[in-house]
Amino acid sequence: MAPFHLLLTLCVLTITGFFIGRSKSFAVCSAQGGPRALHSRPIYYGTLTAIWCAVPALIVFSFWHFFQSTIIMDLVIADLPDQIRFLPEDRLNLVVNDIKNVVAGNIVAGNISPAIQAAADHYKNFEKTAQVALSVIITAMAIIAIAGVYLKITPTLRARNYVEKVIEGLLIACASLAVFTTIGIVASVFYEAIRFFKIVPVYKFLFGLQWSPQMAIHAEQIGSSGAFGAIPVILGTMLIAGIAMCVAVPVGLMAAIYLAEYANKTFRNIAKPLLEILAGIPTVVYGFFAALVVAPAIRDAGDILGFSVSSESALAAGVVMGIMIIPFVSSLSDDVINAVPQSLRDGALSLGSTRSETIINVVLPAALPGIVGGVLLAVSRAIGETMIVVMAAGLSANLTANPFQAVTTVTVQIVTLLVGDQEFDSAKTLAAFALGLLLFVITLALNVVALIVVRKYREHYE
Amino acid sequence: MNNLNEASVPGRDKTKDIVKKGLNKRYRKERRFRVFGCAAVIISLGFLFVLFISIISNGYTAFQQTMVRLDVYLDTDVIDKDDLAGTNYAKLIHDALLSVYPDVINYNDKRSLYELVSTSAAYRLRDFVAKNRHEIGTTIQMWVPADDDVDMLIKGHIDRDTPQSQRRINDRQLAWVDHLVSQGQIKKVFNMTFFTAGDSREPELAGIWGAVCGSFYTLIVTLVLSFPIGGAAAVYLEEFAPKNRWTDIIEVNINNLAAVPSIVYGLLGLAVFLNFFGLPRSVPLVGGLVLTLMTLPTIIIAGRSALKAVSPSIREAGLSIGASKVQLVVHHVLPQALPGMLTGTIIGMAQALGETAPLLMIGMVAFIVDIPAGFTDPSTVLPVQIYLWADSPERAFLEKTSAAIMVLLVFLMIMNAAAVFLRKFFEKRQ
Repeated sequence: MAPFHLLLTLCVLTITGFFIGRSKSFAVCSAQGGPRALHSRPIYYGTLTAIWCAVPALIVFSFWHFFQSTIIMDLVIADLPDQIRFLPEDRLNLVVNDIKNVVAGNIVAGNISPAIQAAADHYKNFEKTAQVALSVIITAMAIIAIAGVYLKITPTLRARNYVEKVIEGLLIACASLAVFTTIGIVASVFYEAIRFFKIVPVYKFLFGLQWSPQMAIHAEQIGSSGAFGAIPVILGTMLIAGIAMCVAVPVGLMAAIYLAEYANKTFRNIAKPLLEILAGIPTVVYGFFAALVVAPAIRDAGDILGFSVSSESALAAGVVMGIMIIPFVSSLSDDVINAVPQSLRDGALSLGSTRSETIINVVLPAALPGIVGGVLLAVSRAIGETMIVVMAAGLSANLTANPFQAVTTVTVQIVTLLVGDQEFDSAKTLAAFALGLLLFVITLALNVVALIVVRKYREHYE
Repeated sequence: MNNLNEASVPGRDKTKDIVKKGLNKRYRKERRFRVFGCAAVIISLGFLFVLFISIISNGYTAFQQTMVRLDVYLDTDVIDKDDLAGTNYAKLIHDALLSVYPDVINYNDKRSLYELVSTSAAYRLRDFVAKNRHEIGTTIQMWVPADDDVDMLIKGHIDRDTPQSQRRINDRQLAWVDHLVSQGQIKKVFNMTFFTAGDSREPELAGIWGAVCGSFYTLIVTLVLSFPIGGAAAVYLEEFAPKNRWTDIIEVNINNLAAVPSIVYGLLGLAVFLNFFGLPRSVPLVGGLVLTLMTLPTIIIAGRSALKAVSPSIREAGLSIGASKVQLVVHHVLPQALPGMLTGTIIGMAQALGETAPLLMIGMVAFIVDIPAGFTDPSTVLPVQIYLWADSPERAFLEKTSAAIMVLLVFLMIMNAAAVFLRKFFEKRQ
């Protein structure tokens, strides 16, 4: 049976199991006055049967499929002629690939040697046997499970409790996925980063002043070493994020203050959703906007004023990134400003201060921790932002603080290193993971600090 | 009383004077502050306005395509009735062009003449002939797509005053196009190709349908996984979770994951799904998995706030009549919280639809012409298509990019409007 048919059979068996369990529960209670005598409602007996039928079978099914090809391949290799079996590792891998291709019916380069053809037939035989075995095992398991539960069903069986236990377990598994995602991120990025640090020492990566990840194919080529000093890349990221903050923080904060303290209801009802639109626009659109409109405009302005501006200037990417972050800053600031108790405002106003004095001297200091937290979150966003800088910032890592020159960022480097074909043993590809680790650590630190600051502040007034 | 007041007048007057002196300055400051605030709002909205205007003004022309009318003689010498697929249809198109301008003789001029119409003209002719075999041997009138450079010229994106060497269309071609226009042999029609074709190197043949299908499959995978898992996680954390260390860890994790840069999810997908599990590159299945992990925190957080909003009296009532916790949640709490959870899911989906960076990492940037037909077909998605076109040097791709952005924004607006509508609708009902 093919896997699909097997699953279909299992499905049918599960549904049958459900009805068998349910009708059995009706049967066992008929003598004692109907379903009222049961511990749980009949549907739970049916569900319990179905769960016992499906879950163990599915677990076996997935494990089997996960390991099947490796185990069969090992068996096939063990049966290969000796001169192939004792080939070096990489040659053997080629042979294995050939066998797999023959099995899949793909076109194989060159002639198929009889040994490989035999191995492929062998593989197919094993596969067929495995299929049959799996089908038999799974069908048997399902039927035995149904029979077992069927025999166990009595009016006192606490079917509902068992079913609810399973449901709760499922819920826990779903909730734990978040933890596994984090572990997955840390493990995968860490693993590759450590492989990178075996090639390039950590201190050279963290404190090196030169970044040019080109590795030559031949050792004797000029510039074949490649330089992996992350300082220019980090500084470029900081420069662009800094420009973005210079745009986003004043504008976002002032907009939030105006909307919270001055604007009338109609204006607020119109302006707020419009600002939200700014937040919902995909970053690739901002990137296009930066490359198409803002960068040429800044370059032309520079030409008129008489100094040369790179067409991939940090300024263009930074300004557009700032625009993207404005709604983020303004909505977070809006929340904290609104959370400042009205009594503080009333007190300041009653002492004769103007509205702006109230805001500057009373509301903002009270809201400051929340605003700082919001800005930190915004900074972490700016550092991790990818598409705007990929489309509008440069590729070459210049060590400069001049916003009119092209700089590169961590995310740009990750994308350029990883898009296209990769080989996972070159420092060039692994460098992307080291940068990813750096990015993850920086943003995580910023987030943790920001969340702590915000939480402290909230507790203060609520 | 009066006397007492009189007595303190000198000192009070002094204070009043000081206050009054500074008052104008303070009022000015107040006005300035207010203007700053207003300016900040207007600047942000101005950015939004400029963004939309620049994209629409660049992109609206892409919805039209310039067509050229040709009188094609279906020459029996060229068409082999028994082998229609093997016929050289390009020659028929070229002959038709030459019949309009018989004076073109030398090779280079011929080539520039042929470049006026798209290479797809031959395919259109092939399809026409296959359907209308009886027309073979006659002369038919046919509208074929113009080349992208001609298209740009007709739409006014090529400046005629620039020197010939700097434009993509030479002086002779310019004269031919003007002649064709005066003969009424050029018209603009609605660009169906843009909505029905996959990607192409030729701008006049490129369309977004392939990317739309890719986005669709990717989002289906994301939805099917993230809604149940996110909902279940929210239910567990809000309704079942005991206050212990594991729950705390989960909560902190979810909050942090919500702020992890999306590209890191791409790295995760590359290392785990592609390298470790050996799933194929560039397929919607893997894209959907990565986007699921990315949108889960959003959906969980939205789901929890929806569950929090369900009034505790319902829970108490349910428990008091003997419902178990699971029964209470399934029968009473979930139906009330579902609209809120759905709203959160739609917003998460909108986020996933606009996401580009993690998909670059798992190889969804390949140049793919075919329309994907399933979850494991190589494909690209709408934002990545925009990124790819934005990198193309041809002027014609600029308007395609803007038009694709318009389509993407329309999808996003529909999704967000659906979320708002859902929220309003259920708020009213309750």
